[in-house]
Amino acid sequence: MMSVASSTTQSVAAAAGWKSRLHFFWYLTRRSPLTLVGAVIILMVIVMIVAAPLIAPYNPDKLMLSARLQPPSALHWFGTDEVGRDLFSRIIYGSRASCVAAFMIVLISVSIGVVIGCMSAILGGRIDTAIMRLMDVIMALPALVLAMALAAALGPSLVNSMLAVAMVRIPAYVRLARGQTLSLRERVFVKAARTFGASPLYILRWHVLPNAMSPIIVQATLDLGGIVLIAAALSFIGLGAQPPTSEWGALVSTGRNYILDQWWYCTFPGLAILITAMGCNLLGDGIRDMLDPRLGGR
Amino acid sequence: MTIMRIIIPRFVMLFFVVFGVAVITFIISHLIPGDPARMIAGDRASAETLMSVRRDLGLDRPVWDQFAIYVSNLLHGDLGTSLRTRRSVAGDIATFLPATMELGAISLILSIVIGIPLGVASAIYKDGPIDQVARTISVCGISMPVFWFALVLVLLFYAKLHILPGSGRIDMGIALPTRITGFFLIDSLLEGRMDAFWSSVRHLILPSAVLAFANLGVITRQIRASMLDVLQEDYIRTARASGLRRRVIIFNHALRNALIPSITLLGLALGDLLYGAVLTETVFAWPGMGTYVVTSIQTLDFPAIMGFTVVASIGYVLINLIVDIAYMFADPQIREIG
Repeated sequence: MMSVASSTTQSVAAAAGWKSRLHFFWYLTRRSPLTLVGAVIILMVIVMIVAAPLIAPYNPDKLMLSARLQPPSALHWFGTDEVGRDLFSRIIYGSRASCVAAFMIVLISVSIGVVIGCMSAILGGRIDTAIMRLMDVIMALPALVLAMALAAALGPSLVNSMLAVAMVRIPAYVRLARGQTLSLRERVFVKAARTFGASPLYILRWHVLPNAMSPIIVQATLDLGGIVLIAAALSFIGLGAQPPTSEWGALVSTGRNYILDQWWYCTFPGLAILITAMGCNLLGDGIRDMLDPRLGGR
Repeated sequence: MTIMRIIIPRFVMLFFVVFGVAVITFIISHLIPGDPARMIAGDRASAETLMSVRRDLGLDRPVWDQFAIYVSNLLHGDLGTSLRTRRSVAGDIATFLPATMELGAISLILSIVIGIPLGVASAIYKDGPIDQVARTISVCGISMPVFWFALVLVLLFYAKLHILPGSGRIDMGIALPTRITGFFLIDSLLEGRMDAFWSSVRHLILPSAVLAFANLGVITRQIRASMLDVLQEDYIRTARASGLRRRVIIFNHALRNALIPSITLLGLALGDLLYGAVLTETVFAWPGMGTYVVTSIQTLDFPAIMGFTVVASIGYVLINLIVDIAYMFADPQIREIG
């Protein structure tokens, strides 16, 4: 997040070096403490993903049939599941499937969207029109219904559901990248590069992309929260991660069978989803507000 | 006259979108691994039966012919036969649609009735306690996993407190109201059966609360943002300077203008509502389209899944078209300039 904020505030604070940049970031964060909360949540999730084996007290897949469906206790903070696996450990490890899936979805749709969007803007003419009309059609459809149908057709698995959601998210980034490219194309530094005989690809790589990326990254951060929810929801209805994998949506789905007597089973994985999505949304909003001068102190 | 110049391209676009839906669902149904003829005929069907099923479905023809058949069936309202229920998908959807519409309508009304005042109050008392509460609610609404929230409410109000039913549309012992509109609330009132009406109301509370909460976040946030924009306008300052009452300024001058950009959002929110309904219905065993499609997904009943996708997409596109036209009529700038 630091890199996002610092790279985008570069123009403002570049001259003064990293120390003042850090100071600038701190100033903005202080002005909206919720952004700080979001950043802390995301930081914690990242730590959880990276250091899962160090944090989790048990092996998430180790069965312990003598300790089935235990309520939360000092031994098992979040209780145990129907075959005695420690739920706290499963949720810690589950962050890998859930968050990495969401991150991959955003990464795939941003990469493909940006490539198509930039190419469309540069090629122009009929190809541009055709691509944009196609994107209009896809965007006019209810994205999640389409993702569900696609994921069902590809066959239920985490990778397939990721691909399906990524596919329906592409058009948003195509539009954004195309708009950015079109406006940058008219800027003086791009025209200058063109007069010096730089090839279109060179201009795209060194002049357009670096400048087009910050609004795209902001959009991606804003989307991340929603996508964590979608990925979990697809697993919940049985289209995403399949049972033995520990993934938050799938954990809630299994926990549902025990909801009347074992409340902890579906409560904790759901809380993990809620907190993560909230972190993404708070951080995304904060970054957007920082970069949008029009919004001022809002 | 000028307004037609805006509306006609939208109808042309509508045609392309519907065609796009047909192409996409056709491609998706050809992605499915496995032989659809075998799925219909069953595992033990003989070679002749398979051939005849294939001929019936047109699967022995070239892809283009198959697509033409598919489109012509769609135009005739034929969405195929469900592998699970063995009935026509169109008929199944007609059966389950009113339940979803009833749930969706109630949730939409709830979220608008709560969301607009909350958004307005949040903008007027910016950074005050009301604003903080409203913003917390809207962030929670946006970040809430719908399916989990539904489960938590079931746990709380059904399993622990025993005050509200946790599944279905109506109590087991009560006879269903005669189907007139398919909306239990309306049908039971038309029949004058208050027992059925109250039972339906009680069953609606939890699912519509879940669905409304998710939507509430989006609506509150949008109203707040556009109110803040409008409140900075010169005409508001002028109104204030000319000594108009605060209430008049807020409701007659500011809110009316702030609502215009929110109309478009309403159309888009319907997409979320549809998706949220799928998840909510699953948890509450609500006999609507959502439960139908999730059961179909779990049993790999592709004609049903594609039928749902087609109907949902076309419905969504149509509603957004209506919303856009409403937007044009609501925005005097567009109406005048055209």
